[in-house]
Amino acid sequence: MHRSLGEKLWSFTIWAVVVFFVLNLLAMIGSVVVDSLGTHWFNTWLPAGFTPQWYVMAWEEFQLPQILLVTAEVVGAVVLISGLIGVPTAYAMARRNFPGKQAVMLLFLLPLLVPPITYGIPMATVLYQAHLAGTIWGVILANLVPTVPFVILIMIPFVEQIDPRIEAAARVFGAGMGRLFVQVLVPLLTPGILAALLLVLVRTIAMFELTFLTSGPTSQTLVVALYYAVFAAGVRSQQSIDAMAVVYMVTTLIWLLIALQFVNPTQIVTRAKQ
Amino acid sequence: MSVTHLTLRRRLRERGLDGVTLLVLPGVLFVLVLFIYPFIYGLVLSFQPKEGGGWLANYRKFFTEPFLYETIWLTLQIAIPATLLNTVLSVPVALRVRLMKRQKLLTTILVIPITLGTVMVADGLLTYLGPRGWLNRILLEFGISDSPLRLIHNYWGVMLSLVISGFPFTFLLTLSYVTGIDPALEQAGAMLGARSRQRFFRILLPLLAPGLAITLALAFVQAFTVFPSAILLGAPAGPTRVISIVAYQAAFEQFDYPLASAIAMLMALIQVVIIAALLGARTLVFRGPVSTGKG
Amino acid sequence: MPIASRDFRELRLEGVGRDFGQLHALRDVNLTVRRGEFVALLGPSGCGKSTALNCISGLLQPTDGTIWLDDKRLDEIGPEDRGFGMVFQNYALFPHMTVRRNIGFGLTTQRRPRDEIERRVNEALALVRLETQGEKLPGQLSGGQQQRVAIARAIVVEPPLVLMDEPLSNLDAKLRLEMRAEIRRIHTMLGCSTIYVTHDQEEALSLADRIMVMIDGQPRQIGTPEDLYVRPSSAAVAEFMGYRNLLTSPARTVPGGVGVAIKIGGADVLGTAMAPVDGQATVAIRPDDLHPTADGPIAALVEIAEYHGRDFYAVARGRDGEDLYFRSSQRVSPGETVYLSAPRERVLVFPA
Repeated sequence: MHRSLGEKLWSFTIWAVVVFFVLNLLAMIGSVVVDSLGTHWFNTWLPAGFTPQWYVMAWEEFQLPQILLVTAEVVGAVVLISGLIGVPTAYAMARRNFPGKQAVMLLFLLPLLVPPITYGIPMATVLYQAHLAGTIWGVILANLVPTVPFVILIMIPFVEQIDPRIEAAARVFGAGMGRLFVQVLVPLLTPGILAALLLVLVRTIAMFELTFLTSGPTSQTLVVALYYAVFAAGVRSQQSIDAMAVVYMVTTLIWLLIALQFVNPTQIVTRAKQ
Repeated sequence: MSVTHLTLRRRLRERGLDGVTLLVLPGVLFVLVLFIYPFIYGLVLSFQPKEGGGWLANYRKFFTEPFLYETIWLTLQIAIPATLLNTVLSVPVALRVRLMKRQKLLTTILVIPITLGTVMVADGLLTYLGPRGWLNRILLEFGISDSPLRLIHNYWGVMLSLVISGFPFTFLLTLSYVTGIDPALEQAGAMLGARSRQRFFRILLPLLAPGLAITLALAFVQAFTVFPSAILLGAPAGPTRVISIVAYQAAFEQFDYPLASAIAMLMALIQVVIIAALLGARTLVFRGPVSTGKG
Repeated sequence: MPIASRDFRELRLEGVGRDFGQLHALRDVNLTVRRGEFVALLGPSGCGKSTALNCISGLLQPTDGTIWLDDKRLDEIGPEDRGFGMVFQNYALFPHMTVRRNIGFGLTTQRRPRDEIERRVNEALALVRLETQGEKLPGQLSGGQQQRVAIARAIVVEPPLVLMDEPLSNLDAKLRLEMRAEIRRIHTMLGCSTIYVTHDQEEALSLADRIMVMIDGQPRQIGTPEDLYVRPSSAAVAEFMGYRNLLTSPARTVPGGVGVAIKIGGADVLGTAMAPVDGQATVAIRPDDLHPTADGPIAALVEIAEYHGRDFYAVARGRDGEDLYFRSSQRVSPGETVYLSAPRERVLVFPA
């Protein structure tokens, strides 16, 4: 369209800001990757040479195999349980209007709106009293608090999208509740469930505060282990820390890429936009 | 089955209560037990100070010890500029990007810092912004600065990490609001003689305002509760001693759970106050549908 | 400041075209709109009529050709500076402004004095008969009322040209007829030049002084409503203008100005050539021109008959298997054989 010089200048400035942001972001990631692969790196643009030694070192030093296993267990359990609780709940919320529904909806919204550290500290206190903190189940329970409502809120629109007459038709042909769910609803809901669970997966891998507050030495996830490594940076070599960071980054980004095949980037962000 | 039994079931069903409704129970119980209950427990606990002194002792302690009450100011000092910057910047960028044909690549790149999380971003910035990192190297090489900038282990490191993880968030939110506005509205404005600036201030901004209020609220909450960045990238003993740090220390270093709960309650209170103010302001503006409907 | 005052002689589109990548959405548009004229751009979906309107409004820049308002070149000026009024298909009323402020928006942008704005807005409200709705928000109005606000907003700035993009397509049938009358009334009262985009030929015929029929991005015929109704220039235009019977037939010109000999339903009939024909031809007949008579030449078997009060609309199959749409004031029933005939001047023959 016809644009004045002022408008073109403004447009250019905005683009410059975006490009600057993205460049810095990529450079930040790049510097971690390069650092993790370099031999000695002091006052030059790039390290003197490249070596995988830091990865080997990180693998042992930070007990990565065990950490990865714990992470897989926690994330797997969280994904599974939040799906099992969240999907039926979403179905009920979508299909029924009962007194107090608004209050229940608010109840599900709160854990998504309140930031994890705020409710994490009281929750960790309770888990400690229940002697669950420090165990893997404590971590799993803690991580479930935001993910169950997340699954519910994501799935409600998917359920609403299914024509209720399909369910009525299934009932007319003799399907009970169980069969209805398994043979009709779940297949129709599969894209939504997939999207929701993948998002839960990505978010749980990156969820720091809740795991940090409730984990013990044997129940740390990768991100918490990374934190401790960075925290003790004076003791450990920065490059092996960066190697661990790269392992974390690759894990997260692989799942992100998979998730993006099914969802829009925006959905990762808009958790509860009424 | 007796007749009255049947009618009761039917009446319940008509009010929306039947077997299916019971499916919400697990979720509800879960949130009640693991979210609401700890909050209430924490609230009650905050009124039971570890060393006695009356039920308000924890709160009094917080507001009388500078080490503690200064954290409010220190946190706001970081959170408010970060929130404002991230939200204000998201508007012109979202307005430009919505005209782009291939937005997906850009939005995917911008989702990366959100996905990676604050710990990863902290480590990245420690490497990248360090005295020997690439940023300083570029500044020195091109003569923009004579000596390396101190960008880590201080206020600026934390601020930058909040921008890197906060801006994509506000951008994506604002973008979704912006794309919800009917493009014909701007076209109508143009036909009626309004230039870009006029169209922005008289048409777009009023329609974006309610969405921006929500974005501000969500961005603020994220920034206010900054935690690992403040420790790893900041100076947790001094300038970046944010309120979440002292809450954590009270719980896990001093094992003073009542005090920790009190601080957590205060955190929640401050957030609620600011969110309420933002949402209250939101009710003053037009909040109806922004894509014009048909007859 | 808008570049044109209300007084102008003509708007000229010369060779205007618009491409979107490989797609030629618009080509070779040559049109002159004189002051006070009501011109309709008529055509099926995707024919380019809205593209043409957007080029005139300035919301799109043409990739070919030029647009002139008298001796001023328009196509390099933005929509903000052209000063035209526009009514959008979905009204595009500002949802956060009252009716008054919506209507007054164009005047406020021009920084008119407040009392002048108020006076002119009141006049516009009176013109569209919405005097009592001034303080309402668009969301509180019905479709027809929103439509009228959109019209008021476009005309209050006294533009040299009003552009309307299918303004009635979102209204139900009854409301559409009412609003059509409103638009005609306002046009008569104000005499403002109007360019009106629609896919509804009835609308175009009833409202316009001249119509430009567009198909596939190109203008096919420009003429008065009567021109298009009675003398479409091609089979494609005829089809669009309601000539529901489009038949293929061999054609042979009968010397002596008698007409063209063609076959319909297997019968020999005379028609009128709209262009030189020889060999194969396309024949177009309106259903209203095809009637069952006692001794009509075209024998056909009635398949469907619909009762429409004063007439029957029917479909019959001729001896060569082609469907013939016709109207009958007498009752016809499925299974009946009818003998159809049409006057020679109303049987239009086009080259194939």
